[in-house]
Amino acid sequence: MRFGVVIFPGSNCEQDVIRATRYLGYESEYIWHGDTDLSGFDAIVLPGGFSYGDYIRCGAVARFSPVMAEVVRFAEAGGPVLGICNGFQILTEAHLLPGALLRNRGLKFICKPVTLRVEESVCQWVDLPAGTLRTIPINHNEGNYVCDAETLSALNANGQIVLRYVEQDGSTSPGGSAPNGALDDIAGICNERGNVFGLMPHPERVVDPLVGGTDGQPFFTSIVGRLAEVAS
Amino acid sequence: MARYEIYVTYKKGIFDPPGATAERALVNLGYEGVHEVKIGKYIRLEADADLAAVSEMCDKLLANPVTEDYRIETVEE
Repeated sequence: MRFGVVIFPGSNCEQDVIRATRYLGYESEYIWHGDTDLSGFDAIVLPGGFSYGDYIRCGAVARFSPVMAEVVRFAEAGGPVLGICNGFQILTEAHLLPGALLRNRGLKFICKPVTLRVEESVCQWVDLPAGTLRTIPINHNEGNYVCDAETLSALNANGQIVLRYVEQDGSTSPGGSAPNGALDDIAGICNERGNVFGLMPHPERVVDPLVGGTDGQPFFTSIVGRLAEVAS
Repeated sequence: MARYEIYVTYKKGIFDPPGATAERALVNLGYEGVHEVKIGKYIRLEADADLAAVSEMCDKLLANPVTEDYRIETVEE
């Protein structure tokens, strides 16, 4: 199992993803944003950071990097693609995922652990039972997910909403539980096929009990299990 | 060469946090007649390109059609 982690100018979480995946026992290598060859990789991760300084809009410039045409092709062929934080923003700009991520409602950069509820979804990156709660840090200024009403009902109907922000006890506040104001408390979504997954929280930061816990592990181990099943 | 001025604004119904904050701040300063503030982007572009090409630039990069509208004005010399 070999993960490829794309580095854009301004990415800053690529080392965390490399370390997390290697810690879990997988091969993992960097992919430069100018590269156009993804052969040899089983899954692609777009890491967090501030690609191209987040100029124009987060992810708007990164989406035109040479590597992205290949990432789109890889995803369209059913290859698993994960976008974390800035990676999620890039996936929406590249139209691999619907909607957009706007500035946090409270105008503040938010960096703290949040409680997430796993939803019933078609996502290939998550095999946790629906209702499972996980505590994973967020670290962003633009995590306020929006889409139009038609897209939202399609996301719900197709099982594309993978993670929602909830209160610590798993309940939902009437005013919404998303710290960033995200529509319908959405923290992560996938495409219809389930192979492309974007989320604002950083699971790569919680894979080692020595540094923060292990709640993020399933977001890397599930896809490996899934690919092994397909191969056998 | 042509000059264009492009105004990018959030679509109707998309919450604009900086605009809403400025609106509250103005009301707090005593400007009670303020009803709505929307904050967007202003882009000045000089290019050997016609209006259709500039629209394409907006659709592809300068604006996000999912959340934003844009208006292009041609600047007469």
